[in-house]
Amino acid sequence: MITLNINGTARQLEIKALETLLAVLRDHLNLTGTKDGCGEGVCGACTVLVDGRPVSSCLLLASYAEGKNITTIEGVATDGGLHALQKAFLDNGAFQCGYCTPGMILMAKALLEQNPNPSTGEIRDFMAGNICRCTSYVEIVRAVKQASRKMRRRAKGS
Amino acid sequence: MEFQTIGKSIWRIDGEKKVRGQALYTIDLKKDGMLHGRILRSPHPHARLRRVDTSAAAKLPGVHAVISRDDFPEGGPLSPYFGRRMKDKTVVALDKVRHVGDVVAAVAAVDLETADAALRLIEVEYEELPVVSDPVAAIAPGAPQLFEHLAEFKNNICHHTSLKQGDIEKGFEESDVVLEDTFRTPVTQHCHLEPHMALAWFDEHGRLIIHTGTQTPFGVRKSLAEIFQMAEEKIRVIVPYVGGAYGGKSHLKVEHLAATLAWKAKRPVRIQLRREEVFLTVTKHASVVRMKTGAKRDGTLVARLAELYYDTGAFAENGPNVVHKATLTSAGPYRTPHIQADGYCILTNKPSAGAFRGYGVPQVALAYETHMDMLAERLGIDSVELRIKNLLREGDRHPTGITMHSVGYEELLRKLGGEIHLEARRKGRGKKRRGKGIACMIKASNTETQSEAKVQANRDGTFTVFSASVEMGQGAETVMAQIAAEELGVPLKGVAFIPQRPDTDLTPFDAMTTASRSTFCMGNAVRRAAKNLKEKFLEFAADLMEISSQDLRVENGRVFAAGAAARGFTYKELAARHFSHNQNELIGSGFYGDEEDAKTVLPFWLVGGCAVEVEVDTETGAVKLLKLVGGADAGKAINPRLCEGQVRGDATIGIGQALLEELKFIDGQPVNASFLHYPLPSFQDVPDDFPVLLVEQPHKDGPFGAKGLAESALPAVPAAIANAIYDAVGVRIQELPITPERVLRALTEK
Repeated sequence: MITLNINGTARQLEIKALETLLAVLRDHLNLTGTKDGCGEGVCGACTVLVDGRPVSSCLLLASYAEGKNITTIEGVATDGGLHALQKAFLDNGAFQCGYCTPGMILMAKALLEQNPNPSTGEIRDFMAGNICRCTSYVEIVRAVKQASRKMRRRAKGS
Repeated sequence: MEFQTIGKSIWRIDGEKKVRGQALYTIDLKKDGMLHGRILRSPHPHARLRRVDTSAAAKLPGVHAVISRDDFPEGGPLSPYFGRRMKDKTVVALDKVRHVGDVVAAVAAVDLETADAALRLIEVEYEELPVVSDPVAAIAPGAPQLFEHLAEFKNNICHHTSLKQGDIEKGFEESDVVLEDTFRTPVTQHCHLEPHMALAWFDEHGRLIIHTGTQTPFGVRKSLAEIFQMAEEKIRVIVPYVGGAYGGKSHLKVEHLAATLAWKAKRPVRIQLRREEVFLTVTKHASVVRMKTGAKRDGTLVARLAELYYDTGAFAENGPNVVHKATLTSAGPYRTPHIQADGYCILTNKPSAGAFRGYGVPQVALAYETHMDMLAERLGIDSVELRIKNLLREGDRHPTGITMHSVGYEELLRKLGGEIHLEARRKGRGKKRRGKGIACMIKASNTETQSEAKVQANRDGTFTVFSASVEMGQGAETVMAQIAAEELGVPLKGVAFIPQRPDTDLTPFDAMTTASRSTFCMGNAVRRAAKNLKEKFLEFAADLMEISSQDLRVENGRVFAAGAAARGFTYKELAARHFSHNQNELIGSGFYGDEEDAKTVLPFWLVGGCAVEVEVDTETGAVKLLKLVGGADAGKAINPRLCEGQVRGDATIGIGQALLEELKFIDGQPVNASFLHYPLPSFQDVPDDFPVLLVEQPHKDGPFGAKGLAESALPAVPAAIANAIYDAVGVRIQELPITPERVLRALTEK
């Protein structure tokens, strides 16, 4: 029995010893927003945040995440509505099939938390491990920049 | 024409679900009692199956079904054969395996660990056979034969298309300049992030229910009906959101394995391919293209000889169609009096090559657009002007006999050239040198196919669009809603258009979501369905208002009397009145592709191009993209943001194919079938400066003038980049991918 802190809620679970966080999220908790793309930590579709840091959940054993705060795509929007990143992804056509999108949004969220005003180069470098086969990435860079502007403006206002 | 919804970049209908992680894909579905399937694949590129013994695997606790050739006895309940063009594929190998990854057996078990353990218990004895993995070697005398018993696959050629126009010998005699070159492209893979997968079961009525991320739900239904030897209507194919496809999810890929395991286990079975298996399931045709081009001193094209050798892997798949279409457009979008083009679809011991965005055109466009550049240089003519001089224009006859229409090449080429200031060169002489290049392309769609749609008005004032066009990222749901809303005269803001996603029980027939056809074919069907529904509303309103429906107008979702705008009803009010007395549906139907359409509709062409500026490092051979412009003729851009997204995304796959991607084989053995080793374009491989040019030459038969554009950029990208590299450093690279090693070698040999 382990306890996982997911999107602010503590969840107690019976898991197998070598189960990945991805499998636990998807199969035990039905949090299917986190996607399975390659199973070897290369494509970034399974990215979630563990204590604010992006990890490939297909490589991380769930037991390693015990006691840590896990954020998945389901925990990004608030009751008030979509996160600035989610809106910016919609505005900029930053996805098509949407399969890489949860991982992209979480990776971008991690970036903006440590660097609220990243340059294009910094966005490209930070997110280089996330693959999108539909868009040109240019749309995603634009979305991250737009969200960064909005979030900074909001932070200033509050 | 003033549009209300068409031409507006509204948010995608599937958008909010996707950014919230709520959109459901096949991979997200579960079913009570579901088993997990795994597949035993051949480790050999070519071998005879001497013995397949599954008895130990079947006895393993937790295993519910094992499928092997023993399940397909002659005259048994299942037929093993299927295939897109020829029924050359079998559910599991019967006598031979023909490529690494060919399916030998499959297992369904309570969990993946058990299924994997069962695979290890299957005993297979292979008798290895000589391997042929190169298309030119495969057609040489004495080459190993993949299908020695099939006359139609003799000499490993499963298809040959020939196109002849004029007199090719006379053409070259009349030419002042003749170029002759050979171009090569490697095997690549679609790399849709969602792997192939399916969830299948038989219900209490004996019907086969299958959820799968396919581009061809009705095609899957038909092929499964043939395997199970049952009526198509006994099979229900449901398509959730699809996590990318690009051609790689058409026709049976994994559905038949999930279904046969479900049949044998009498339980639901889910199969999700591992990434390595995706690479071995479908690929893009490697090619060798020999091209000879003749022209007059003034740049007029005279003759084109093309020989296309396309490597289709171990089975025909879509290969014959791919080769056919590529061959027919091997003269490019240019007037060429004398043409001889021969395309050969060749079997080798590699995984099956099928449809991949561009459908055979990128391979041949690399050749013809490199030749255009070489001609321009040889003759001292501007490369844009040379192309424009030779263009097939509105009303001209294409060598296939199709009349050219909605082909905005001249505008597109001028804008592409202008966007990178092609005339202003700034090469430099140092280590790093810059160059510019341009290319265009032409591709046919499959306009002659059929689509049917329904649009329904609901009790709450919303509408439902029944369309089997698969939403795989291209924005089909959104575009169909925009078309329906425009035709009905309803503002999309505040009125929900709910997509009924592809379900062969619920959505009417659609040929397939391929060839960039949906906006045109399904778009017409949806528009007609909306018109049909609108007419029903008008008749109903006319009755209520006691005037002729001719005297009614529709605007902003409201039906009113012409000249007396205050007299009228909103659609919502009309629907409420209807349903207060009657419970029959308010539904309109539309069909595209009937006999009338067959007579009158002009097939549309994908019209596109690319302009690029590169910087070549002469010490390392590395090519950096400084700017890339993708362009396409949209006919009419229904949703410009979606159109731009299609062009830019298409061009990005083009960048991968031009500079990075190659699925490598050594004697038929794949060496980099994983995301770790197969280089895909990443955030760091695309230029910041990446504009899209949309030209709009309306198509007379397209919905509101629109046509497809999702394959308009990719085919032009490799040639544009190769041309830019030549401009920068004076070497012609005629083999993809253009790796630093290839550039450096060419620079050294120069």
